[in-house]
Parts: sequence; C-alpha cells; structure tokens
Amino acid sequence: MNDMRITERTVQTNQAKITARDVQVYYGDTHAIKDVSVDILDKAVTAFIGPSGCGKSTFLRCLNRMNDTIPICRVEGKILLDGEDIRDVRVDPVQLRAKVGMVFQKPNPFPKSIYDNVAYGPRIHGLVRNKAELDEVVESSLKKAALWNEVKDRLAAPGTGLSGGQQQRLCIARAVATSPEVLLMDEPCSALDPIATAQVEELIDELRANFSVVIVTHSMQQAARVSQKTAFFHLGNLVEYGDTTTIFTNPVDPRTESYISGRIG
Amino acid sequence: MTDLSAAGSSPLGRTRRSILIASPEMKRRNRVEARFKYYGIAAIAVSLAILALMLFIIVRDGTSAFVQAKLTFPVTLDASVLDPKGNGNRDEMAKVTTIGYGKVLTASFLAALQAKGIDLGEASEKDAAAMISKDAPGQLRAQVLADPSLLGKTIEVTVLAGGRIDGYLKGRVTMDTAQRDGNVTPEQLVLADKLIAAGMLAKKLNLQFLTLPDASDQRPEAAGLGVALVGSLYMMLMVAVMCVPVGVAASIYLEEFAPKNRWTDLIEVNIANLAAVPSIVFGILGLAVFINFMEFPQSSSLVGALVISLMTMPTIIIATRSAIKAVPPSIRDAALGVGASRMQTVFHHVLPLAMPGILTGAILGLASALGETAPLLLIGMVAFVDNYPGAPLDGFGDPATALPVQVYSWASRSDPAFIERSNGAIIVLLVFLLIMNVSAILLRRKFERRW
Amino acid sequence: MTVLLLLLILAAIAAAGFVLGRRRALARAGGNPKLLHSLPAYYGWHAALMSLLPAVLLMILWVIAQPIIVQRAVTDTLPAAMTADPTALELTMADVRRLAAGLDAAVAGGQMTENEASMLRTEFTDVRDKLARVGVALGSAVTHDVLSAAQEYREITAQFALWRMIVVIAVAVLGLIYALAVTKPDLWARNRVERVMLGLLMLASTIAILTTVGIIWSLFSESVNFFRQYPFTEFFFGLTWSPNFRGGSQLGFLPLLWGTLYITLISMVVAVPLGLFAAIYLAEYASKRVRAWVKPLIEVIAGIPTVVFGLFALITVGPFLRDYFAQPLGLGNSGSSVMTAGIVIGILNIPFISSLSDDIINSVPQSLRDGSFGIGATKSETVKQVILPAALPGIMGAVLMAASRAIGETMIVTMGAGAAAKLSLNPFEAMTTMTVKIVGQLTGDTDFAAPETLVAFALGITLFVITLGLNVFALWIVRTYREQYE
Repeated sequence: MNDMRITERTVQTNQAKITARDVQVYYGDTHAIKDVSVDILDKAVTAFIGPSGCGKSTFLRCLNRMNDTIPICRVEGKILLDGEDIRDVRVDPVQLRAKVGMVFQKPNPFPKSIYDNVAYGPRIHGLVRNKAELDEVVESSLKKAALWNEVKDRLAAPGTGLSGGQQQRLCIARAVATSPEVLLMDEPCSALDPIATAQVEELIDELRANFSVVIVTHSMQQAARVSQKTAFFHLGNLVEYGDTTTIFTNPVDPRTESYISGRIG
Repeated sequence: MTDLSAAGSSPLGRTRRSILIASPEMKRRNRVEARFKYYGIAAIAVSLAILALMLFIIVRDGTSAFVQAKLTFPVTLDASVLDPKGNGNRDEMAKVTTIGYGKVLTASFLAALQAKGIDLGEASEKDAAAMISKDAPGQLRAQVLADPSLLGKTIEVTVLAGGRIDGYLKGRVTMDTAQRDGNVTPEQLVLADKLIAAGMLAKKLNLQFLTLPDASDQRPEAAGLGVALVGSLYMMLMVAVMCVPVGVAASIYLEEFAPKNRWTDLIEVNIANLAAVPSIVFGILGLAVFINFMEFPQSSSLVGALVISLMTMPTIIIATRSAIKAVPPSIRDAALGVGASRMQTVFHHVLPLAMPGILTGAILGLASALGETAPLLLIGMVAFVDNYPGAPLDGFGDPATALPVQVYSWASRSDPAFIERSNGAIIVLLVFLLIMNVSAILLRRKFERRW
Repeated sequence: MTVLLLLLILAAIAAAGFVLGRRRALARAGGNPKLLHSLPAYYGWHAALMSLLPAVLLMILWVIAQPIIVQRAVTDTLPAAMTADPTALELTMADVRRLAAGLDAAVAGGQMTENEASMLRTEFTDVRDKLARVGVALGSAVTHDVLSAAQEYREITAQFALWRMIVVIAVAVLGLIYALAVTKPDLWARNRVERVMLGLLMLASTIAILTTVGIIWSLFSESVNFFRQYPFTEFFFGLTWSPNFRGGSQLGFLPLLWGTLYITLISMVVAVPLGLFAAIYLAEYASKRVRAWVKPLIEVIAGIPTVVFGLFALITVGPFLRDYFAQPLGLGNSGSSVMTAGIVIGILNIPFISSLSDDIINSVPQSLRDGSFGIGATKSETVKQVILPAALPGIMGAVLMAASRAIGETMIVTMGAGAAAKLSLNPFEAMTTMTVKIVGQLTGDTDFAAPETLVAFALGITLFVITLGLNVFALWIVRTYREQYE
C-alpha cells in the first residue's frame, strides 16, 4: 500500500507504557519465552513479528495475564504497567484486563445484539450510571472503531450477522468501550479479506491517538504499514527491537535480515 | 469515566487508578464471583452427599441379610416317626410331610432346653417351639431324605430361628414392639436371651441368602435370592446372545454400508427415539406381543430377555457405531487399496480394531439391562416363584424372577424383615454392577488407542 | 424340542455343505486355488448358506403358520355351539391347548403312555383328577368334546411336526445339491456370500423399525378396544379415577396427568439447579484432577438402578419428609407423596442434566470466553452473560429430555408417590401417575376384555406420545444448536 508513510511518520520519543524485564514463559516443560525485555511506548503502535510458533502471541497474552486461564502455563520475570508490576499478588487480573484490552485473531462477537456487544464491558465494569451514558459510550466506541455509520440503524441486530471485517471492528469497539489504556491485538486481520484488512489497519493507525497499541502479525508488510516500533521474535527469543524503519531497512541481527528477506519463516 | 480516588495519574492527565488497589466495584464483583463458584461446589457436594447417604443406608440396613439368627441343638431323628414302615425306602419316607419333621424338631428342641437346664419361664412350650423357623422342618426333611442312614441317630443341627427372633438379635424387634406384635411375645424374647447365654442361639453367616428361593410372608428368615439370581443370569445370557450380535450387525450396516436415503434416515430416527421411550412401554410391548400374541410363557426369563434386548438395542447400537466411527478411514483405504472387498475390510480390519469399544459398550448396556425393573413387572416376573427354573434351554421358559424385581417385591411386603432383605438384594445387585462397570473401565484403559 | 433337533440337523447339513463345497471347488480347479475366482473357503460358505437359508426361512414360516392351520382343523371337530362366537372359540381353544399340553407333560413325565393318552375317555376316567395327580392342574372339569379335540390337536400337531422335519431337511439337501452343482472355478462365490451377509446386516438394522412398529401396534390395537368400551371424551377429560372390576368404573385421565406433571415439575426444580451448577463448575472452574474424579462420581448416580432409588424414596426420603415437614406443618401424614417421588426423581436426573449441560457448555467456542476475559470480565460474568445465553437452546433441550425421563419414570413413583389418584395442590399428599396405573392395571390377574385392564394401553399410548413428542422436540433443539457452532 502506501509504504511512503513509513518515512513520513514522526516517531515521538514517548514514555514507556509497559516495561517487560527478563520475562520467561513455560508451558509445562517447554520453555516458550526466554529472557524477553522490551519497552512498549504509549500512544504508539508496536508490532510483534516473527515466524509462527516463535512466541509472539504467547508474550502478548502475558501483557494482560490471559495466560492465567491456561493451567499449565507459568510466567516469570517483571512486567510493569506504568511502573506497577502486573503480576503482583495484589493485582486482580480482571481489573488489569479492563485497562489492557484484547482483540483476537478470529472475530468473536457474542451471540447478542451489536449494542449489547459493545455495552458488555461498560456494564460489567460499572463504568456508566444510566442508559444515556451507556448510549453515549456505545456510540463513541463504535465511532472510534469506524463502525458507527454502518450499524447505527441496526444496533439491535445480532452481532454475528455482520461481515467478517465488521465483526472484527465490532470486537475492537467492544474492547475500546471499557476505555483501556493499552490495546492488545492478536493477528486481528488474519481472518479478514484484503479490503476489511485495509479498514482495520486504518483504524489501528487512528487508535494510536488515544491508546498504546500492540499488534501481533505474521505479515511484515502490515507491521511496516501500521507500526512505529517493531519487535522480532524467533524461537522464543526477542532477537531485535527498534524503530520499524530501522528494523525493515537496516536490521542489526542476521536472523532478522533473513526473516525480512524471506529466507526463514 | 470514574473520577473517584485517583491513586496515580498518567503524564497525559488521564485520571487513573493503581492496578494494585482493588476498587470497591471490583471487590463487589469478586464477591459475586466467589458466591457463584460456591454454588457450583455446593451443587456437587449435595449430589455426592445424597449418593453417599443412599449407599450408606443400603449397606447399613442390608449387610445384616447375610447373617441370620440360628438355633443349634441336638436332634434325635426318631425312626418310628420319620420312617413308619421301617425299611429305609426313600420313596416311602418321602410320604412323611414336614409336619412330622416339625414334631421331631420341637420335641428335640424342648428336650435340649431341659438338658441345658433352661427354664421356659412364662413362655409356653408352644411359644418355645414357635421360635424355630417354619422353614426348618423342610430343610431337615431334605437333609434326611438325602441321607437316610441318619435315621435313628442324634445329630447336631443348626436351623434358622423365626423372623422375629432374628429381628430381636438384630435390634429390629424390642420388648416394646413385641407387646404389640401378634407374631412374637415378650416371653419368647426373654427365653431368647437365655438361649443366647447358653450358646444355643447366635447370629451366623447366612450364605443361603444367595441360594434359597423366595419364601412366603410368614417366613422372611428363609427368603433368598436363588431364583432371582438364576433368572437374572438367564436373562443376561440371552440378552448377550440375542442383543449384542444383532446390535453390532445393525451398527456395521448403518456405519459402513447403508446408502444415504429415506429408509436409512428412518432407521436412524427410530434408533434415536427408541433410546428415549420409557421402559414401561417396552413392558407393554412384551405383554401384548410376546405373551398375548405369541403366547410365550408368562413370567419366563425368555420373555424378560426379549423385552430387555429390544430396550438395550439402541444403547448397544449407539456405542458400537461410535467405536466403528473412531477407526480412522485410512485403515479402510489401506485394506481396500490392496484389493480387499468392503466386507473383508470391515470384518478383517475395522471390526477387530473397534472390538474393545464394542465390548465396553456391550458390557455397559448389559449393566443397565441388569437393573431394569419396570418392564419385568408387566410380563409377570414379579410373581411369587419358589421353584428354581430348570436347566437351559427348557428352563428359559420356566417362571423366574430377577434381582431388581425381587428388591421391589420384598420392599412391598408388610413385614419389616423384608426391607432388610430388599437392601441385601440391592447390595448383591450393586456388586454385580460394580464388577461390570469396573471391567468395562479396565477394558477401555487396556485397549485405549489414540489415532 | 423337535425344533431344536431340526436346527441341529440343519447345522450339520450346513457344516457338511461347507466341507463339500470347498472340496468340490478345489477339485474342479484341479487342486490349484489360483484358478478359482474366490478363496476356496468362500465356496464352502456358499454351499453352507445355500442349504441353510431356504430351509431356515421355510421353517420360520412353518412355525408361524402351523398353529393357525391346526386350530382351524381342530375347530371343525368341535360342536358348533362351542365355536359360535369368537370369545367362546377363544376360550374353548385355550382349554384344548392346555389339556393337550397337560397330556404332553404326563407322557413326557412317564406317568402315561402315548397310547393311554390317545385312548383316554371322559366316560371312564376323571381326566382332571388324573392329570392333577401327575402334577398338571386344569381349571375346570374336562368335557368329552374338549378331550377329543385335544387328542385330535395332539395328533395333528405330531403329524405336522413329522412333515415339517421331512420337508425342511429335503429343502436343505436340495439347496446343498444346487450349490454343489453350480460350484465351478468361475463362480463368483465371494460376491454371492457377501450379498447374503449384507442382507443379514440390513435385516439386523430393521429391528429398530420393527420394535417401533411393535410398540405402536401393541399400544394401538388394545387402545382401540378400550375406546370401543369407554368413551374417548370421558377418558381424556374425566376428573375421577376409580376403576372397579365389577363395572361402573370412572377412568378419568386428568388426575393421573396432574400427578405426573406435578411430580415432574418438582423433580425439575431439584435437578435443574443442582445439575446445571454442577455442570458449570465442572466445565468452567474445576481443575483437570477434580474433574477427572468428580464427573465419574456424579455419573455413578445414573448407573444405579431406579428400583434402588425407589427403595430410598420408600424407606428414607418418604418418612423423613413426613416426620419433619408434612406432619409439623399439618400438611398430611403420608410417607408416599408427590414431594417424595419428585425429589428422588430429581436426584436421579442430576447426572443426566449435568453431563448433557457439561457437553453443551464445552461446545461453546473458547473464542467467546477469550473475548469476554480479554476485556476484563470475571468468570461468573462470562458464564452468566456470554456462555449461558449462547448455550441456552442446548440446555433447554437437555431439560426437556430430563422432563421426558421423569414423566416415563416408573419404579420411583410406584414405590414413592402412592396409588391414590387425586387432583390436589398439596405436595405432601400421595398422588399417582400414569406409569403407576399402567403397572397397577396390568399386574396380577388381568382380564383383557375389561376396560379396567385395557385402560393401561390407552395410558401407555398417551405416555408414549407425550415422551416421544418432548424428545423429538428436544433433539431438534439440540441439533439446531450444534449446527450453529459447526
């Protein structure tokens, strides 16, 4: 698409939103993530790339403790959100996930109406006091997810009836509705066609204004198009992390270069 | 956006709360969460507690059926009474009825009491004689007829005590209840205490519970499971022989050969729905078709087995089909690829591989068939049967009862002594079910295969 | 016995056929099996089946047809007065058959020679007394006509049995000869054998349909008899159930329906919350280890025969409810009650609801859970607001199936609900159900001409229709639900 954007983009030296230090993840006996340390910036899009099975999704799921739901998974190391350890015993993972929302690979709208899908988060977190406020949150979330114009006339229709791209944007709206600070996206476009992908990518770029966005992708082009920072994972290691332009034009590590040039992956 | 206590704020001015401190809202949600989880635990605890309570009551009330109060005393087998002709001819001795043996027993019992110096107290001689089970003369008669050389000798016998005396030893009958009971007097209980002290009366292991046939209302102490066990065994044999092969054949056809058409759909729908037809309806079917129309003998284990086979068929078919389905298509392709016909593929490869699953399903199907009661009531297997059915194959047509039916018919009698026997029968039934289920589990473990 | 002997002879012929067929095929191929179309054993099977199948088919037909033909022959010898109307004929023939069976037993037991049995005359012997002495009890004194009919019956039956044996064996041998005649190397023996086997497999699969047909026929034919004697509307809308074998019965179905539905309702109130919460805990909260232990333990409940629950209701739950609830509250003093049966059926249904719901909850896609957890929902919020609504149709199906089982349950209500048909709201009162009355009207001495007996079939067909309807509806719901997530 428009690869010129990479050079045009101004990379701000934002403050780190999430700081990870020496993170290890084990699945039973398998050491899935080794010694990963990374700073994720606020108001920027960070992309995790790498061949499949490299651990990028696993690491993403550490950032809002989604791995807690898998019994055999064990995490070590420090992950700080605004300087506070998210793995502290005092942290309720439920409360954490309200701040660090997540969007998944396959669109997974609940079998409810479009309105109820978006209203789900605000309702369970008790973010609104009345119906008027809820209406407002739903509308603004759908607008942020660039879906409002398409669905404003049929908010009571089931969310499962939308097209794939619309469903994924509905899921983004659902995540945005809880006013998170960080938005994690696990290959959000892998189940979408190219047109829907373009819409979602455009949306991600807009979301950068309000959130810190982390996106896992297997598509290097996508990483190049939407992100400011890129981390390259390989076999559970974080091989290289830096400005997207640098990684794609002048990688330091030979493994990164091999991957980018298509020799591994 | 909430603007309650702001424990920290981002440099961008957004008010935010530390993730280390749970908000009041969060505390409330976590309480709801804990309560919800507790409901689940409570539901499981209640279910398992009821199960445990039920098994506990059965074991508590049923194990005593395996011990029985028995009287031990020497009996002089008076030849002049038992063999009036005096020639030891068994056919002529057989003409002496149990009444004659009853007299012999009574006389010997009273003599034994005297010999031991036991005072009858306020009990009459008739009271004392009534403490011996009404079943005892019959058993003595059988013993003598089996061995006529015992005539004239004095032998030490151990005979059943009456049901109420047994109840007294087991705590079911007390002095209080005896006052109000027409079948036992307090004087008899006083005498029973003396007999216990003299070692003539004691609770002894009673394996005859498993072998004796049912007995009438007056003789709960002599009621046993013999006929019911034979009946259930016959039925299980016939169900295994009739139901399993037909069920497996039907499954093979439906899974491997049936074309996709209306007829096959009809069969499928039928199987699914038959599995949900109430068992009592199968009883009506048995009564109308097998007994009234085909005129098979009523109360026979043959009709019982036919009805239960039809009932169990859907279960077996469903289990067999899933076992056959679990065999991967690659096996079939491999066999067909080397030129085997479809029939050969199925019988040489698919069926042997599916066999453990089929056997497991068959055993579980038989286990549920063993506990089935309602349809058997309608085909007359609840009748009072005190003759053992004959040997196979003729015996399949003889009247019989079945284990679960025996539980029901004892439970519906008025004498509480039968409740103990009902529980005892349940223990036997559950032991069989346990054996069958455990062997099914072991079979599955041993042959479990992951493709 | 002769049938068994005949079967043994047929089996022997078939075994001989196997050996001969195999040998002949090899012989015609000059001892070289490679020249044969099929493996030698298939030629053996071919010959065996060819001799066995037609003979067995013929024998089955014969066994079915023989009683009809014999009955017709014997009827002709009886005086017209005894065979005038169908009922009288039925009774007479029953006497004839019983007497013939008695004579058979006497001959078999050695108390009478064959000759004596056929020469017996009522003028000279009290037949009933004579048979009673050899252990065959007859209902009434034997008349001359019945005795001679019975003797005729025995004679014809014996003749038929002889002919049956001759004809069936002849057919078997002819089949064998045909099979051997066509056996040559280019006979497609395997295909022929497999076609027969396929036919047998297909036959086995029709048993399900035959069973359904049998159920419907047996319920329907006797129900029609019932409704001929008792008006349709009075059965379905009658408010009183008081059968009386001396006539003047009132056989209103509504009290029974009310008892059935009331008990079902109570059982659902017990089983649905317990079963559903147990399923939710097992599916969403329990660790793998806990699940591996608890799930089978709960399913143990389903493996216990219902008669055991019946006894539990009769001697534990019933008296407990009576002593601690019904009597203190002044609601009655019966151990058997709607409450007793309802609670115990509810317990029986817990594992049923919990395993079906467990399956259904597990089939809700993980992505929906992730979506909910991913934006910070707790487990209970996810269960209540995402999983249960998604699983609701499936759970409804499970509940309906459990209700259908409760309606058809027999032993627990027979032992725990009571026998009095009542229309009452008090759950501590004894009431009764359709299944209890089916058992009640059809056990013991029954007269299949009386409406008091036949009403059981009308109850049976109503029960069958209700449970089948519920089940078909439930299966449809569950299937539609599954398709949604496939």
